[in-house]
Amino acid sequence: MTRTEERGVRRRTLAQRDARSGLLLITPTLVIVVAVVLVPLVWSVLIAFQRVRLIGIGRTGLFDNLTLANFVRVFGSDTLWDSLVTTITYTAGSTLLAVVLGVSVALALRRPFFGRGFVRAAMLIPYVAPVVAVTFVWKVLLNPEFGIVNSWGRRLFGWDDPVAFLSQARGEISLFGLDIPVPTALLTVIVFEGWRYFPFVFLFVLARLQAMPAELEEAATIDGATPSQRFRHIVLPQLMPIIAVLVVLRTIWTFNEFDDIFLLTGGAAGTEVVSIRVYELLTVQRNVGAAAAQSVFLAAVLAVLLGLYLWLLRRRGGTT
Amino acid sequence: MSTRRPWTRDRVERVVFGVLRRVVIAGFLLATLVPFYYMIMLSVRPIEDLLLRPDSLLPDLGALTFATYEEVLRPVTDGGQGFLTLLGNSAVVASVSVVVALAVAIPGAYAVSRLRFFGRRQISALFLMVYLFPAIVIAIPLFVLLTKLQLRGSLVGLVLVYIAQTVPVAIYMLKNYFETIPESIEEAGLVDGLNRMAVIRRISLPLALPSVVATGIFVFMIAWNEFLFALLFLVERRDRWTVSLGLAQLSGTVEIPTTVLMAGSVVITLPIVVLFFLTERLLSEGLTAGADKG
Repeated sequence: MTRTEERGVRRRTLAQRDARSGLLLITPTLVIVVAVVLVPLVWSVLIAFQRVRLIGIGRTGLFDNLTLANFVRVFGSDTLWDSLVTTITYTAGSTLLAVVLGVSVALALRRPFFGRGFVRAAMLIPYVAPVVAVTFVWKVLLNPEFGIVNSWGRRLFGWDDPVAFLSQARGEISLFGLDIPVPTALLTVIVFEGWRYFPFVFLFVLARLQAMPAELEEAATIDGATPSQRFRHIVLPQLMPIIAVLVVLRTIWTFNEFDDIFLLTGGAAGTEVVSIRVYELLTVQRNVGAAAAQSVFLAAVLAVLLGLYLWLLRRRGGTT
Repeated sequence: MSTRRPWTRDRVERVVFGVLRRVVIAGFLLATLVPFYYMIMLSVRPIEDLLLRPDSLLPDLGALTFATYEEVLRPVTDGGQGFLTLLGNSAVVASVSVVVALAVAIPGAYAVSRLRFFGRRQISALFLMVYLFPAIVIAIPLFVLLTKLQLRGSLVGLVLVYIAQTVPVAIYMLKNYFETIPESIEEAGLVDGLNRMAVIRRISLPLALPSVVATGIFVFMIAWNEFLFALLFLVERRDRWTVSLGLAQLSGTVEIPTTVLMAGSVVITLPIVVLFFLTERLLSEGLTAGADKG
C-alpha cells in the first residue's frame, strides 16, 4: 500500500466521523426546533380547518370536525380588508421610515469624532430596551392630559386642543389654510416603529460603511465628484445589497408585529392590524379555529408579498 | 479678494453636509435619549407635581421621592406592586433560556460551520425560516397545547418557547464566529490525537468565548423583553408574571399612579441597558459579523 492510499483511507474515515459528529451535534437543536416550531406550525394549519373552541379543546382529536367554516368566517368579515390595508400601510410606512432614518444616522456617524462610541451605543437603546417600557413611556409622553408633548405643543406651537395621538382615528392638519385629513393613531404607531427599529438598520449599514474600501471614493474626489455625487454613484450602490436584505427582514417582522400596536393602542383608532385580530379571536372570542385561520391567512399574504418582491428583484437583476 | 475660494458646488455641499451631520447627530441623540430621561425623571417625582406642571423637564429637586420605587417593588401583600417577585421570575426565565440555548446552539453552530454532514444546507435554511416565521402563527397551537396539558401559568412552557425562538439567532451569531477561527489550529489538535469533541472543548470554545458571551447576552435580552408569549401563557397567574407582562398589565389599570409605573419601567429597563452598554461592541460585532462582506 502506498503512502497516498493510506492517507486517502484515513481522510475518508475522518470525514465519515465528522459527518456523524455533525449530525450528533445538530440533533438537540433540530429536536427543539421541530418540536416547538415546525410541529405547531403544521398543527396550526390543521386547526384552521377544524371547528375548535377553547372550552372543548380537551375533547377535540387531531382530525375531528374538519370544516371550512373558519375561513368562511374570516373572509366574510367586513373589516378584514380594512385591517389588511392597515397592516400593509403600517408595514410599508414603518419599514421605509426605519431604513431612511437608519441610513441617515449611519452616514452621519461614518467618520470618527469625539464621543462617537457613546453616540453609537445611545442610538441602539430604543432597540434593546424592553418594548413594554418604551411603549409605556411613549403613551405617557403623548398623553393628552399630562403628557409633555401636548403641553409643549400648546405652549410653543399654539395648539388649541391637545392631540389624542393614540386614540384618535382621524385628525386634520391645517397647512396653508387647507385641512388635510390624517390617520393620527396609525401615523403615531408608524413613527414609533421607525424610532424603535432604525437602530437595527443603522447597525448593519454602519458595519457595511466601515468595511468599504476608501480608494474608490478617493479616486472620485480627485476626479471632482462632490459629496452628493459620491454618495449617489459610489456609496449607495455598495449599500444596496444590505439595504435590500434589511427591507425584507423589516417587512417580515413588521407585518407580523403584535406587541408594539397592542401595547400602544390595543388595536383601536384605526390601527387594527391582522395580528391583533388573531389575538382577539383567540383570547376574547375564544375561537381557536378562526384564530388559526386568520393567522394562516396572515402568513399566506406575507409569503405572496415576499415572493413577489424576490421575483421583482431577480427580474431586475437579470436584465441589468 | 480674488484669493477667496469660489463657492463651487463641491464647497457648498461640503459645508451643507458638515452642518447637516451635526444636526442629525444632535437630533437623534435627543430623540433616543429624551424618552429615557423622561422615564427616569417621572419616576422620582410625586404624582401631584406631574399633574400641576406637566410641561417641566426638570423635577423639583427639593421634592424628589423614591417612594415610587418602594411601592413598585414591595410585595402585593404589603400594598405594593410586587415587582421584586416579577423581577425574580424574569431573571429565572431569562437565565435558564440562556444556559439551555447556549448548550444547544454551541454544538449546533460548530456542526454547521465546520463539519460536512448530510442535510447541512437544508438545516441552515430551516433555521432561517424559523427566525422569520410569524410568532403569532406558532402561538395558537402552543396555547392550545399548554391549555390541554394544563401547563398554562407554568414558566417551563415559556422557557421552551424562548429557547426555540433564540436558538436560530444564537447559531447564526456563533457560526459566524467559528468560521473566523483558522481551521489549521483545529487540525493541529486533531493531528496531536484529540478527537472532535476534545477539539471543540479545548480549542474552539475558548477561542470563541467573546462570541459566546455576546450571544448569551442577546438571548437574555430577548427573553427578558418578550411579551406576547408571556401574555398568552401567564396572564391568569399574577405570581408567575414576568416583569414585562407585569408592567403591561398594571399600566392598563387606573388606580396606580403613573409615576409608580415609571419607576417600574426604570426597574425593568435598567438591567438591560446596563448590560448592553457593558457589552455593546461585542454585541454589535456578533450580530453584524458577515454583513460587512456585502
